Amino acid sequence: MTTTIPLPPSASLTSTPLPDGGESQLLEVSMGPQHPSTHGVFRMDVALDGEEVVKLKPIFGYLHRNHEKIAENETYLGSMPYTDRLDYFCSLTNNWAYALAVEKLAGIQVPERAEYLRVITAELTRLQNHASLVGFLMQDMGASGTPLMYAFREREKILDLFEALTGARMMCNYMRFGGCRVDLPAGWLEQAKQVVEAFPRFLDEFEQLLTSNEILMARTQGVGVLSKELAVNAGITGPMLRATGVNYDLRKVDKYGIYDRFAFRIPLGDHGDVYDRYMIRLLEMRESVGILQQAMRDLPDGPFTDPKTKVRNFRPKPGEAYGRIEAPKGELGFYLISDGSPNPYRYRVRPPSLINLTILEDMCLGRNVADVVIILGSVDIVMGEVDR
Amino acid sequence: MLGVGILKGLTETARNFFGSYVNKDRLTTIQFPEERAPRIEASRNFPFLVYDGTDAMQGLRCVSCLICEKECPPKCIFIEKSTDKKPDATGKPQFYPAKFNIDVSVCMSCQICVEVCPFDAIKMDNAFELSATDRFDDLLWDKNRLAKPNEYYREVHPTEAAAVDAELAAARAKAAAPKAPPPPPAQPATPTATPPAKETPAEK
Repeated sequence: MTTTIPLPPSASLTSTPLPDGGESQLLEVSMGPQHPSTHGVFRMDVALDGEEVVKLKPIFGYLHRNHEKIAENETYLGSMPYTDRLDYFCSLTNNWAYALAVEKLAGIQVPERAEYLRVITAELTRLQNHASLVGFLMQDMGASGTPLMYAFREREKILDLFEALTGARMMCNYMRFGGCRVDLPAGWLEQAKQVVEAFPRFLDEFEQLLTSNEILMARTQGVGVLSKELAVNAGITGPMLRATGVNYDLRKVDKYGIYDRFAFRIPLGDHGDVYDRYMIRLLEMRESVGILQQAMRDLPDGPFTDPKTKVRNFRPKPGEAYGRIEAPKGELGFYLISDGSPNPYRYRVRPPSLINLTILEDMCLGRNVADVVIILGSVDIVMGEVDR
Repeated sequence: MLGVGILKGLTETARNFFGSYVNKDRLTTIQFPEERAPRIEASRNFPFLVYDGTDAMQGLRCVSCLICEKECPPKCIFIEKSTDKKPDATGKPQFYPAKFNIDVSVCMSCQICVEVCPFDAIKMDNAFELSATDRFDDLLWDKNRLAKPNEYYREVHPTEAAAVDAELAAARAKAAAPKAPPPPPAQPATPTATPPAKETPAEK
């Protein structure tokens, strides 16, 4: 099994002996927190031997805003808008994970139409998250603008759909315990179908632009390799894990919601390098388009929320529950303990970004600074979720 | 062959560049201050208080029940309940907010105040050009600034407002109805005709 030694203290680092008998000097560089490639306020203390990274220490917490403690003093419903702000790219999947945990805790049944609405919004979220992630990854690689703007053009269409449905582009606050807040407005489904139908064409264009590009391949293949064993041991989830070849997707494992009704495949990588992570995202988008088409075709009529669930004075009986879903970034879980009062006794988030970030040093050792930037880009972090 | 991938990518960029002259799908920029994207009906940002009739302070639907203040997640609503009662739009004496302040620098536009309000008194606005010069006083909106007529609500959220209006009219008819049926128990046909007649003067 290949496991790397944990963070060596800076003093024990040895530099390479030079041919003339001298020693090279280690250089410690602080990347961030305002570095454009760190996707938010994130800092890396990098020790360099020449151009090679010999130590990397991620430092986060700049965006900490006490999410869990605030939630413990807030009603169950009151935490819902705060979950939007965790991973602000995918507020709808955050809502879903939290709603799922509370539904488990309180034993609430979700009507069928609401399940379909959740799948549709969550898969649209996955599309826009992965598209913009690939755009940002290219930005980190130096393709300034073009792929990112193409991705944002598509994301904009999906955000317009979100705004028409939920009222907000990013802070959707859409799911409720036992369903969703509002039903689809008139004409929404037709518009969404058009967007989904047009999406594969965008993916084809995107792949034409990027996939076989020699510069992209040279920069990403064999870079930031993550082994299967380390990924599993470190608890990595999501596209990062599947890029290493481990077949683990909660949509298949847990079959939460109604994911057992859709036919879709789980794309798996081979090498666990940055290129695989890029490809996994593109392939996942194609599968998501398939799920969306099936869900929009089968969307039943009926109530969109459970009428028995109270909006105010909602008190689940004492107990605990852990709800988890496959968010675009990995396993997003909410752990709740209720003591029968209107606010949770304990509220804990399992953020995929933070846990996927823990193996950053293992992927970066021996690479140079430019590679660190794209390895970080391929992890897909959102600091709102890492720091909470 | 080396370079093929780059050439393929460049054709793609060229297709987008030249395509933007003919295909509206590829030209997405809107020249903002001059040109504006159509408003999306459901969009929301900050709450406002709905009033009926013409006098804003007289017609406020808010009865100062303090539910929104309690449920607001970031606690940005401050209400001071009145000590006396004033007749509301339907003529019924009600408490009213002596003070109703929303600190919009704290508000996170989550719409929970709207969801919990049992009187349809607070709704979400979608005005977005709200820059102010003072970050304290200008962002603490009092009830005079928050009050907006029901017509405005109908204008910004037509579908939602129609549903709310219908619901309120039904509730008022129902509230007016029990008074009407008991006096004439002999005639079952007339009560259905009387409530609408009684309701119209009340709405003015």
